[in-house]
Amino acid sequence: MSLFSMTGLVLKWLLRKPYTRRYPFEPRQPIPGSRGALAIDLSACVFCSICAKKCPTQAIEVDRAAKRWTIDRLRCISCNYCVENCPKKCLVLTTAHGIPTVTRDREVFQQASAPVAAK
Amino acid sequence: MIEEQPTIPIDADRLVAEVQALRNEGWRLVQIGATSLGDRFELNYSFDRELRFRNLRLQIASADARLPSVSGVYFCAFLYENELHDLFGIQFDGLVLDFKGSFYRTATPFPFAAAPATATPAKPTA
Amino acid sequence: MANRTIIPFGPQHPVLPEPIHLDLVCEDEKVIEAIPSIGFIHRGLERLVEKKDFQEFVFVAERICGICSFIHGQAYCQGVEEIMQLPVPPRAHYLRTIWGELSRIHSHLLWLGLMADGFGFESLFMHSWRVRERVLDIIEATTGGRVIFGTCKVGGVRRDIDAATMKEILVKLADIERETREIVQVFVNDGTVKHRLCGVGVLSRDEAYALGCVGPTLRASGWKSDTRKLGYAAFKDLTFEPITRTDGDCYARTAVRCDEIFQSFDLIRQAAGKMPEGEIAVKVTGNPTGEFFSRVEQPRGEVVYYIKANGTKNLQRFRVRTPTFANVAGLVKTLQGCDLADVPILILTIDPCISCTER
Repeated sequence: MSLFSMTGLVLKWLLRKPYTRRYPFEPRQPIPGSRGALAIDLSACVFCSICAKKCPTQAIEVDRAAKRWTIDRLRCISCNYCVENCPKKCLVLTTAHGIPTVTRDREVFQQASAPVAAK
Repeated sequence: MIEEQPTIPIDADRLVAEVQALRNEGWRLVQIGATSLGDRFELNYSFDRELRFRNLRLQIASADARLPSVSGVYFCAFLYENELHDLFGIQFDGLVLDFKGSFYRTATPFPFAAAPATATPAKPTA
Repeated sequence: MANRTIIPFGPQHPVLPEPIHLDLVCEDEKVIEAIPSIGFIHRGLERLVEKKDFQEFVFVAERICGICSFIHGQAYCQGVEEIMQLPVPPRAHYLRTIWGELSRIHSHLLWLGLMADGFGFESLFMHSWRVRERVLDIIEATTGGRVIFGTCKVGGVRRDIDAATMKEILVKLADIERETREIVQVFVNDGTVKHRLCGVGVLSRDEAYALGCVGPTLRASGWKSDTRKLGYAAFKDLTFEPITRTDGDCYARTAVRCDEIFQSFDLIRQAAGKMPEGEIAVKVTGNPTGEFFSRVEQPRGEVVYYIKANGTKNLQRFRVRTPTFANVAGLVKTLQGCDLADVPILILTIDPCISCTER
């Protein structure tokens, strides 16, 4: 039966710098290999819409005629399934994580060569 | 092959006696689960003893489904049987702790009772 | 006879991270009976097999529970692989074992923190979670996710760990193990902790078995029962003995989990040493036909996945019996006759995970 078994640990950490980071002043360094936000290289995309069909959360929508690729960032679970199935390898998961948001918007990627559809 | 899983088909009226026999032999109740096959429910009573697995299986008609409760033999069965009642609408007679349908707060009554329709994924209305 | 009062406990309570409701029938300060009530977060995930094909469904299976996420995915994949008789590469088995044990370490550290918080030892709670963060960093670097690993798939795993990274991880783990020992010795030796936990909520050997308890709750009552002994994944090649205690009280359940953390460190080292080279996944063709009860040991105990497939891309039936569901009966039993002040501790010692209980 010991009574002060925690004291050593507490004193040790009392003399050290804080373990926590002063977020958001000191942002966290991304860990290589982390699955973060999905990014697309539009110039390579052929708008086959396989990513939209494979997406487990239906976050992606592809409009082949208008050459438009949109994503609902709040729905995306960064599972890498679309990246694995992309035939053109134009999708990639970055290590950056999404920024806080208060509205639920779709992020639109429009290939420049196509005329912007009036909608 | 990870393990052998013998399945023993039984009749509903032999259920309590069979479960009692397994209890007397020192088996532990692992789970009770049901599968909806349209007009019938298939129930699995799974047991384990020293990492050996055994399964009792019975089928009952899904209309007005009724079964004797085994919660008198294994107390923990009351959880599975209340779950089956709330999700499939199977009535259990002689439950030691009957929640009378308030165990799960489901939006629709007996949501698992119908057999699954293999449908294509529908677009959610976000 | 003293007056009987019914005290509602939950669904919101400071010690409960998730909603469970208990009606406590009390006689003065003694709880005579406890009636559990769940179902606040029933998500109907079992019926989602109608919407997702069996390969996509891994993502749903992993999200049944946030803490034992990887082992859920592993249990699901093993079940489908067993039905389809897929020759899963041995390296994939070893990687699954390593990630599974990492997940056990982080889950047990999380629980130790919650437990310390539960009996009011705030600094111990902070230190447990500080160490857990380091485990999460390793997990994020190797799998990409912190709690949802997302690396298990039908037929193998999605990512590999190369030899150099594995070496780095083992060095880091040795350091984490040393830090964990500093914390665990407080749980095991400290007088105040012992005073709070010893002799509270005793579940006898026979009761624990008859009530169908699993995992640390069952092992703390003296049963040498561990589903890993079935030898799934790489466990058939690793040497370990299930950790048991005989007292069956809250202290025994804490001590079992404490020792299991170090067992997991040892298992990772063994698996890393024996890991064979080769492929990490096989190609999956066709649809499964058949049924299997996939049993896997989670941090909280044995989980049972029932998978029934009829040759279409959607499974016919998918059912999960999670360890907490099995332990609720044991909880109800230990609550009978306990002091009202012990109720939060007793609920915590079964390591409740209500979301996975209700699926």
